[in-house]
Amino acid sequence: MASDQVTLLDLWASPFGMRVRLALAEKGVKYEYSEQDLVNKSALLLQMNPVHKKIPVLVHNGKPVCESLIIVQYIDEAWKDKAPLLPSDPYQRAQSRFWADFVDKKIYDLGRKIWTEKGEDQEAAKKGFIDSLKLLEGELGDKPYFGGETIGYVDIALVPFYTWFYAYETTGNFNIEAECPKMIAYCKRCLQKETVSKSLEDPKKVYDFVVMLRKKFGLE
Amino acid sequence: MAEVKLYGFWPSLFSHRIIWALKLKGVEYEYIEEDLSNKSESLLKYNPVYKKIPVLVHGDKPIAESLIILEYIEETWPENPLLPKDPYERAMARFWIQYGANTGAFSSFYRGSGEELEKAATELLESLKILEQQGLGDKKFFGGESINLVDISYGALGYWFAALEEAKGVKVLEPRTLPRLHAWAKNFVELPVVKENIPAYDKMLAYATDSMKMLARN
Repeated sequence: MASDQVTLLDLWASPFGMRVRLALAEKGVKYEYSEQDLVNKSALLLQMNPVHKKIPVLVHNGKPVCESLIIVQYIDEAWKDKAPLLPSDPYQRAQSRFWADFVDKKIYDLGRKIWTEKGEDQEAAKKGFIDSLKLLEGELGDKPYFGGETIGYVDIALVPFYTWFYAYETTGNFNIEAECPKMIAYCKRCLQKETVSKSLEDPKKVYDFVVMLRKKFGLE
Repeated sequence: MAEVKLYGFWPSLFSHRIIWALKLKGVEYEYIEEDLSNKSESLLKYNPVYKKIPVLVHGDKPIAESLIILEYIEETWPENPLLPKDPYERAMARFWIQYGANTGAFSSFYRGSGEELEKAATELLESLKILEQQGLGDKKFFGGESINLVDISYGALGYWFAALEEAKGVKVLEPRTLPRLHAWAKNFVELPVVKENIPAYDKMLAYATDSMKMLARN
């Protein structure tokens, strides 16, 4: 609706923020992007997410929605007349939620361990990460996207993490494409869509960001 | 109407959530008790990713993860709604449900002993204060005058968690420190649909005590 005021509080490198950007792009929603400083949190961020003080936060006509997958579901329901992100069938919806939740449980945590841990802990994280990607490959099957012929909820949950793969590979010294060629082919296919390419960040920039974080945490 | 089966485990709070939701919706179902030390072929077939209960099987279609099962039940049997209709209110309900799922202090409290347990208890108290003030507020239930999925997601606080507190000898959810949440928990457990569908307290306590013994051994 033309009178809608939509603001996204975000951090450019955040895969969770990218999920929301992608969902808004799929729905064609115009919004104001507000880059947040997570070291010196703004009064606005603290007001809009007092419980977790995290990004992303979607502010729709003054009302904040927090937690990326909750935001994506909200976007699907608030702008329901275009580009459905979740299937209409309850069983298919449950399956979509299951796999998006799987991405949350596995990909983020294991990916984080890859760039923060060393030795045995890092090796275990790498193995878990690859195993998880392989399970996702199995779920994708022959479909172009997890959503079928179009991008859906699971795609939105997963594909932003592709921007972090180069950082994982470089800090973890392994090659994701060698182990999971289907997953990489899928990610590249998604990037051919304009909504995806304009919502995702450059993996090299993300890597520089990770290097900066590693130095900051004394890991380099 | 295709048949509904629930694979559960009698002391599991995750299992209980599903039973309450099915009862509230008036759904007939077959309950199958799983021996988690000897998981059935069916369970492994229906939940190959996590191999856990609860699993709801509708027709021959399995759904795993209790919170996902709850949303499935809500969408499949829309009578007696357990989520708000308004998208913003729904997002807030989901936020509070996820808040509990992401409160790591529950897990630390369960596993901890000595100093770690004290630390976990303090953290958990802080988390529950936020839930009480900002989630529950002045409402009787999270759902308002009647319960909804948020209440169901926190339902364990009134009995399962109480047994755990007793087994560990540390109380967190007390009238003194969390007056409204404590009152909510007591009201929740008194609801017939809950009271008639949870194990007797002494069984919960025995199970919690045994679990703590096993944890101590490992």
